[in-house]
Amino acid sequence: MTGGPQGSGVDSSANIFAGACAIGGLWTFGLREYYSSIKGPHSYFEVRVNSERIRSHVNNVNLLATFDAETLIRHADEVNPGGGILYDPSFSAVEIDKVETIETPAVLRIKARLAKQGLPATVAGILDEAKRRNVNLYPIPYSDIIAKTAAQIGEHQLSKVSRIINVLSVSASFALLGFDLNYLDQSLERTFGGKKKVIEMNEIGARMAYDTAKGLTKQPFPYQVKPVQNQSRLLLMGNEAVALGKIVGGCRVQTYYPITPAADESEFIESHENFDLSDGGEPGKKGSILVTQTEDEIAAITMATGAALTGVRAATSTSGPGFSLMVEGLGWAGINEVPVVITQYSRGGPSTGQPTRHEQGDLKFVLSASHGEFPRIVLCSGDLEECFYDAIRIFNYAERYQMPAIHLIDKSLANSSATIPQLRSDMVPIQRGKLINDGHQSEGNEEYHRFAFSDDGVSPRAVLGMPGYRFWNSGDEHDTIGHIEEDPDNRIKMMTKRMTKLETAAHEIPEEEKFNFFRSSKKQADVTLVSWGSTKGPILDAIRMLEKEGIGVEFLQIRLASPFPTESVREKLAGAKLAIDIEQNYSGQMAAVIAEKTMIDIKNKIVKFNGRPMSQDEIYQGVKQIISNPSQNKRVMLTHGA
Amino acid sequence: MVLKLSDLKTDVHNDWCPGCGDFGIEAGLKMALTELPIDINKLVLFSGIGCSGKIVHFTNASGVHTLHGRVLPFAQGAKLANPDLEVIAIGGDGDGLGIGVGHFVHAGRRNIDMTYIIHDNGVYGLTKGQASPTLHLGMQTKSLPMPNINTNVDPIMLALASGFTFIARTYAYNTKHLKETVKKAVAHKGFALVDILQPCPTYNDINTKEWYGGEDRIDPATKKPTPRPYELEGTGYDGRITPMMSEDDVEKKMSQIIEKSREWGDKIPIGVFYQNETIPTYGDRIKARIPKYLEVPPSGQQLARPDGTSPVNLASLSKQLLFERLVLAQ
Repeated sequence: MTGGPQGSGVDSSANIFAGACAIGGLWTFGLREYYSSIKGPHSYFEVRVNSERIRSHVNNVNLLATFDAETLIRHADEVNPGGGILYDPSFSAVEIDKVETIETPAVLRIKARLAKQGLPATVAGILDEAKRRNVNLYPIPYSDIIAKTAAQIGEHQLSKVSRIINVLSVSASFALLGFDLNYLDQSLERTFGGKKKVIEMNEIGARMAYDTAKGLTKQPFPYQVKPVQNQSRLLLMGNEAVALGKIVGGCRVQTYYPITPAADESEFIESHENFDLSDGGEPGKKGSILVTQTEDEIAAITMATGAALTGVRAATSTSGPGFSLMVEGLGWAGINEVPVVITQYSRGGPSTGQPTRHEQGDLKFVLSASHGEFPRIVLCSGDLEECFYDAIRIFNYAERYQMPAIHLIDKSLANSSATIPQLRSDMVPIQRGKLINDGHQSEGNEEYHRFAFSDDGVSPRAVLGMPGYRFWNSGDEHDTIGHIEEDPDNRIKMMTKRMTKLETAAHEIPEEEKFNFFRSSKKQADVTLVSWGSTKGPILDAIRMLEKEGIGVEFLQIRLASPFPTESVREKLAGAKLAIDIEQNYSGQMAAVIAEKTMIDIKNKIVKFNGRPMSQDEIYQGVKQIISNPSQNKRVMLTHGA
Repeated sequence: MVLKLSDLKTDVHNDWCPGCGDFGIEAGLKMALTELPIDINKLVLFSGIGCSGKIVHFTNASGVHTLHGRVLPFAQGAKLANPDLEVIAIGGDGDGLGIGVGHFVHAGRRNIDMTYIIHDNGVYGLTKGQASPTLHLGMQTKSLPMPNINTNVDPIMLALASGFTFIARTYAYNTKHLKETVKKAVAHKGFALVDILQPCPTYNDINTKEWYGGEDRIDPATKKPTPRPYELEGTGYDGRITPMMSEDDVEKKMSQIIEKSREWGDKIPIGVFYQNETIPTYGDRIKARIPKYLEVPPSGQQLARPDGTSPVNLASLSKQLLFERLVLAQ
């Protein structure tokens, strides 16, 4: 774990660390926690590294690399006995009271903890406490190293060199972990690109920090990181996985209004607005995607919808507060059967809620948003690969069934960075449904009926500007041509037509795209976990822990929330010995949806709504707690996280 | 193919009130369309919500009847995705200057090459005559329980402040002027506003056809009414900014536009207040970043190969995210 004031390079040090590990063939998972602020308040980043695939973070860390007093004060107690803390010895005298950015309740909590042990309310006290818990302390005089580095490169302004402090802590970490510094050099090279001077001073400082840390280790640090022979992988965040998926999936117009944690996706797309095609061996052939920043989210969704009417694959990207504004546009796209895609990264709500924190509180909202009844697709991704492939699939669903489609993701996925196997552009073929081919002239002078009735509810779709296919749209109920029509019989037919499309989608979408079902080798599972979204990672990791103890676990990860795979979910849950719903919200929204659809009431729940994602340990402990006494422990609330 | 007026007619029953200014606007707009070099297949009318919004159903061109106040973002989205389309957005004064005023301002900033027509009658007709944003302070139209408590928004000034590059006003019952003004707006390269003053015979009993016609202002010499709207074109006024103008000249022009927009009451200027084609359109600005934007616009791109696979070179796209495994020499 590393931490520091927001804007001080916490993210870059974690990324440089993870990058070096990825270059060494290791799997990484990174959890990023930050405040809604630009500079100052504390943020931290946990990076987990393993030779086997890992998909989540853990409660406690083995190595805490700090370069400010606050990180020490906040996180020293999270270091495992036998683990280590890297710190600048000059912080020892810092009084906890004097660190203004720590919230009063936290200051009081920490001071009380120290007082109980008869320790002073200073960093020295924190360090003593760690030592008593058998945590190894590694003082690294960062300011000395910075000064020496400056002297070596002939830089008189120390402030220009002091930025390397992040890299010093990464380098010192690698010294303890026994990881070759060449990987760090490679990672620095990637991060700083052509900036030769920056790379030079970082590499010089890194070597000094490495040697200093090495000199402090009389015995080898118990946790060692060894490179493994393995494949090259991608290291990315959910925002980026979705952005890649959208471009590969044919999205060519993206609108957005800035919001955390969604905006990074649009910015990534914009910075790749001209991209290479590998079509027909024509080198240098470019495709492009237009990203437009709108005045608000109402404009974002309506502009994307206008674009979709021209036949382009169009999307917008937002979080809960933005989606709240979009709902009128959603209804219009619903009644006009427009395939527009909305990527929704949920965060802590309601209202502004916890802008930078994690929550899965919007499921029921996206399922029912906007007045009246109309069909929609809601697809929930559980990890970074799903984010990518689902970003392609969601356009297929939107176009095949001609309805708005919501890709529901969350803050944890948006901002967690992890290594994943390389992605493939040919895994999900592009399907455009009943889109009338361009250049296909209409036969004779027959009038085109955009909303023609059909058995599956889906009508042949022309787009604006297509010769011979004039049509109308209206947010009013309309006839098959698109003109306003209030006739009761027409209303029945149109409502039925639109809602039939949802049945068509439910019928056509393969089961494996609707949910994932993981089953251990044991015949009858002791426990059936039910969840959706980013909890997939920590649940899969927790299952490994549970299985080691001989507990048989099944896991039903629901992906398609609309149309809901009612029969399959009922079947999976009907035989469950003990079902546990696991969600990052207060009420267990998916459990409520399951109850509504299947009449099955999942009695046991593990919930978390403190804004921090679940760790594998928490889920492991929660499941054990429920297994130990299901009728007593109906609802386990998880609380870990700083 | 030359468009005839009859080509633009649909069978949809027109339910506007008798004497509504909308009829004048519909007639003038359709006449303009027949006189413009427009491919009917590329023409799309977008409309907002209100009486004016129904115009798309009465016009035989693709028509998108959108949401209240949202006509501009819908229309801009379509134009951005397919710049070959001829896009005309139409809405009422409540739609565009009340609930949709945010979009009005930002559409001005973008300067997308399209036309926006406002049916400006001072009232919310379809909800039975509440005050719209263009109704002046203290006015009490027929169905208002109390006089209007707000000052009015001036669409001309707001458009100027927002960056519109073509700003015109016309009058619903001056069909010829209306037609010519719409033609100029459509031909303009950039975002064009046509604010069309119109009577609402049912709810606005102040700014009536008779009021605009000046029937209360009889010229003592001719004994004829003196209409309130007068044509700027006939006064030597020229609101055009040209590339060769000095900064001083541009400043003078701007002051002149503001001055003209302040006239109201007995003399109401109609015509082109401002036109500036020296400001790049949004399309030009995109083209500077995406060189093939106009040749291969978003709607013209091939999204899949015949076998359904994506033509995107993912390896190149994800290059910065790929961490190549490095094997060090032992």
